[in-house]
Amino acid sequence: MINTKDFVLTMNGISKTFPGVNALENVEFSLKRGEIHALIGENGAGKSTLIKVLTGVEHPEAGSIEFDGKTVEVKSPQHAQEIGISTVYQEVNLCTNISVAENIMLGHEPHRFGSIDWKQLNAYARTALQRLSVEIDVSQPLGNYSIAIQQMVAIARSLEITSAKILILDEPTSSLDVTEANRLFDLMQKLKGEGIGIIFITHFLDQVYQVSDRITVLRNGKLVGTYATASLPRIELIAKMLGRSITDLDEVSKAKFTGEHKEGKKRLLEARGLGRAGSLEPFDIELYANEVVGIAGLLGSGRTEMANLIFGIDTPDKGSLTLNDRKVNHFSPLESLKNGIALCPEDRKAEGVVGELTIRENIILALQARFGWFKFLQTQKQYEIAEKYIRLLGISTPSPDQLVKNLSGGNQQKVILARWLATNPQVLILDEPTRGIDVGAKAEIQKLVLDLAEEGKSCVFISSELEEVLRTSHRVIVLRDHKKAAEYSGDVNDQTIIQTMAGNL
Amino acid sequence: MAQRIKPFLVSNGPMLTTIAIFILVYIMGGRLYPAMQKPQVFFNLFINTASLMIVSIGMTFVIITKGIDLSVAGMIALTSAASASLLAKDVNPLVVMPLMLLMGIAFGFTLGCVIHFLKVEPFIVTLMGLFFARGMAYVITLEALPIQNLTYRFLALTKVSIPFFAKAYVYIPSLIGPLLLLVVIYLSFFTRFGRTVYAIGNNEQSARLMGLPVGRTKIIVYTFSGFCSALAGIVWSVSLLSGYGGYAPGMELDAIASVVIGGTLLTGGVGNVIGTLFGVLINGTIISILQFNGTLSSWWTRIGVGVLTLIFIGIQSLFYMRKKHS
Amino acid sequence: MKNNVPLLKRIRENRLFWPLVALALILIIDAIFAPGFFKIGILDGHLYGNLIDVFNNSAPLMLVAIGMTLVIATGGVDLSVGAVIAISAAMGAVLINPALGNILITNDILTKDATNTPLWIIVLADLLAGTLCGLWNGWLVSRGKIQPMVATLILMVAGRGIAQLITNGQIMTIYYTPYFFFGNGFILGIPVSIYIVAVVFLFAWVLVRKTSIGLFIEAVGINAKSTYYSGISEKNIKLFVYTFCGFCAAIAGLILSSYVHSADGNNNGLNYELDAILAVVIGGTLMTGGRFSLFASVIGALIIWTFTITMYTFGVPANALLAGRAVLVLVVILLYSDYARRFLNKILDRKGSQHGTAN
Repeated sequence: MINTKDFVLTMNGISKTFPGVNALENVEFSLKRGEIHALIGENGAGKSTLIKVLTGVEHPEAGSIEFDGKTVEVKSPQHAQEIGISTVYQEVNLCTNISVAENIMLGHEPHRFGSIDWKQLNAYARTALQRLSVEIDVSQPLGNYSIAIQQMVAIARSLEITSAKILILDEPTSSLDVTEANRLFDLMQKLKGEGIGIIFITHFLDQVYQVSDRITVLRNGKLVGTYATASLPRIELIAKMLGRSITDLDEVSKAKFTGEHKEGKKRLLEARGLGRAGSLEPFDIELYANEVVGIAGLLGSGRTEMANLIFGIDTPDKGSLTLNDRKVNHFSPLESLKNGIALCPEDRKAEGVVGELTIRENIILALQARFGWFKFLQTQKQYEIAEKYIRLLGISTPSPDQLVKNLSGGNQQKVILARWLATNPQVLILDEPTRGIDVGAKAEIQKLVLDLAEEGKSCVFISSELEEVLRTSHRVIVLRDHKKAAEYSGDVNDQTIIQTMAGNL
Repeated sequence: MAQRIKPFLVSNGPMLTTIAIFILVYIMGGRLYPAMQKPQVFFNLFINTASLMIVSIGMTFVIITKGIDLSVAGMIALTSAASASLLAKDVNPLVVMPLMLLMGIAFGFTLGCVIHFLKVEPFIVTLMGLFFARGMAYVITLEALPIQNLTYRFLALTKVSIPFFAKAYVYIPSLIGPLLLLVVIYLSFFTRFGRTVYAIGNNEQSARLMGLPVGRTKIIVYTFSGFCSALAGIVWSVSLLSGYGGYAPGMELDAIASVVIGGTLLTGGVGNVIGTLFGVLINGTIISILQFNGTLSSWWTRIGVGVLTLIFIGIQSLFYMRKKHS
Repeated sequence: MKNNVPLLKRIRENRLFWPLVALALILIIDAIFAPGFFKIGILDGHLYGNLIDVFNNSAPLMLVAIGMTLVIATGGVDLSVGAVIAISAAMGAVLINPALGNILITNDILTKDATNTPLWIIVLADLLAGTLCGLWNGWLVSRGKIQPMVATLILMVAGRGIAQLITNGQIMTIYYTPYFFFGNGFILGIPVSIYIVAVVFLFAWVLVRKTSIGLFIEAVGINAKSTYYSGISEKNIKLFVYTFCGFCAAIAGLILSSYVHSADGNNNGLNYELDAILAVVIGGTLMTGGRFSLFASVIGALIIWTFTITMYTFGVPANALLAGRAVLVLVVILLYSDYARRFLNKILDRKGSQHGTAN
């Protein structure tokens, strides 16, 4: 029997849709008092939407929230804060130019004779930080301190301003080193002891096991399950995140793992010891024509970093990259474009879509960039190219003159894909190309990738969905913790890959 | 103690540089023109920059919130023209002056509201304000209108002796700037309003999430700038004893330059009004040096100020960049 | 596959719509209240009348607006154009009568209808000076990574000083008659300045619409990061637009100084940057960058001057005109603000659906 008094928060049947996508479908979530509850899932799983609903940034279409024994409707972030739901985001929402003490007390400063009593203010701030076992000079500007300390200050503020009953920590350890992270965990344990419920959103599985009591897994907007951390082995957790069952081997797991990929095929790209401090440890990779290489790994394992290094967004500080047996000396997107490499980026909104431009303009953008300023693609030709890809990828739109910002996420993704296909690259890197796309379109894109490989290209397929990586790749590279962990070809099944990701192999 | 010095230097670097430059330039001037070493020359700075000082102080808050107010000079002109016109009709100066301040407040308030509620760029809105204010000044009078009012004359011509400095004096209007400075220092460092201004300039989004009254504060900031412009206009009309739409041409630029040279970042959130004081004084010193030289034209001031602004922006970028990477 | 959008809506949504409406409004008011406005006569073999005045006067502004449009489209702004006009004018005047050192020019040297430098070199020097100024701005913004408003503020403040430096502090009147051609001459009865604007406009149009530069400018203004990922150099685009803007300002300076027969460091091009920005905003280009229309900005400049000359015709004194200008800006701001747009769309859309138009 569940004693409802134990639960400070219960969310039932929460559903939220955005145009074209079900962000959350009938999700349940509960939080006990004095518990650290980890919330995990890959990008697009629905974690951030769930939190936005809880903090009043978004309003759900269905479902109810019970907080502290009462049914509530969280109207706004301010309201959430008032009723005792405190949030500390990854980008610390404080002001770096004013002092630590001020950040904690801003809006609630103690006054004496009509003006701010600085002495008292600093004293309050010091006390607030002491509660978190932090002792620093509170009169220094916040910007003088590391992100780790800034986070502590943010936590201190949210606890100080209201008597918080829930503390939500959204990816708090992304910018922290091990010592700082442990310090944070000590703090979390302390707050847990005081009866505060903590929601811990993270993609670092080690940390989940280090500190949490229960784990909730979301996938594709649906709840996979809630488990006691102690009774869920890591391997099972990963399997659940990826939607696999470790006992279920009947699924499509043996893809075209033919070992002959090396013979007779032209080597297009070779990286030796390519690495960049802080982003990816030196790795080797070879790409051949007529194949699809899948890159698997959990969020934060370095997948996008690898793509960015090969494509030249980031400049490596170690190792070398050779294209068609010519060494690459200058790393930039334009260089890569000229050399026949294309990257369809992960974050289509920030890195891909130019919203106010039309579909046609978005599609020919990279191709035109390669031609430079003066070799202009005639408008007629532009329409031809645009229409070709609209047909090929099944982009649903009344005309190529539609503004891309008005398209659904899936169609936007197709437009970006079309942009890169139009440059006729030899190597095509696709970073999460099927995220936020409906099932039918997903299959289309997967088939397209295989067709492209057949035509002679080398495709690199990065995805957090293991199933589609296996279905489309000839061989698979597994990343873990910013390192290349293993490379598989021939007969390999998803079990092996999951084990590698978990660090068991 | 030593531990406190280094962070203090880093946080206040630009402002300390400004003060250093002011002292340097002043000393240089004194070396070149011995006549400049007289104490009165220093106090003349306050006399000559009376209006600029007031306007720059008001502008400081606006720039700290990452905004800008181009209308200030227009307001000065409008105030002078309106005052002259009213005084010519024998309206009591004790009525005229508060009326002008009210006008400035209303004007600034309107600009602030348009900026906040209609979400139009401060640049455009205050630009429109500039045109409008100057235009209205010209509507009131097409030519310079003299002020004959006795009270105004009294304020303009009465010398106030400076204690400890024999033969040194300033005029009454010159005292307003320093007084206003004290008020604004208080606002900046001892009121919630002032701290909110700084917070908004650094990260408006965060300020909002922290529950601060962002909209209200921004509107107050522009209202205050309008008030300062009107106050500066009163000072101007006293000093020149006339009113005209063409007065104070380009003073908005001088004010912005003074604020920037004073160490306030145009990107918001950093700087204070003490730096502005020295920025204004540097401006005045350059003018003084040119006056003593006699042969160089006033346009060297423009170049000098331009070069200084460039140097300061360079220094600011350095400090800013280094902070971001630490 | 064409949109099934009703014709009226498409016209309304065309970016030229509102500017043309505004222009039409002013002209209608003129037609009703000042019929003499539209009179065009022939004098000395060339066209003459208020309308011609409008075009002649607005030529420099149109030029600057063209350059400013591209800068604003990348999300920046160029506050120094007025100062560049002054510098360009100063270059011209000085080359006609070089003042070496502190020697003041005597009146009879100055008033001689002759020049010490061939005209084509003068023109070249003018353009070069302006272009270099633009390059300076562009470099500060693209490589120095300084905010556009701050970067161009420097030249705005110092530029007039530089102009004064060139002319040694004097206001130089120009007597060399061939120089007047640019601002006062007529070809086939139409002012030369209009031809110049047309040529520059055509050049700019070809440059941005017949090459990929225009597309890249818009892309950079909308989403610089995505543009970078697509292989476009944001730095080079920005460098280009500021340089081009300086170039346009230089030509404007040539026409202006030719028109007023003088180079005055303090007053040449005064407030031109503000008017140019206004013209661009009236033309519908957002100050945050993105889509732009050169033609709309030219119409914007035309609106400003038609309005000005209309006010003159009504006897409004030149200086009081400023207030009127401000009202114009207010109206424009309101018309373009989100609230107004949504409001208007709601009214006009409802009317449309009442007539049962398919959508």
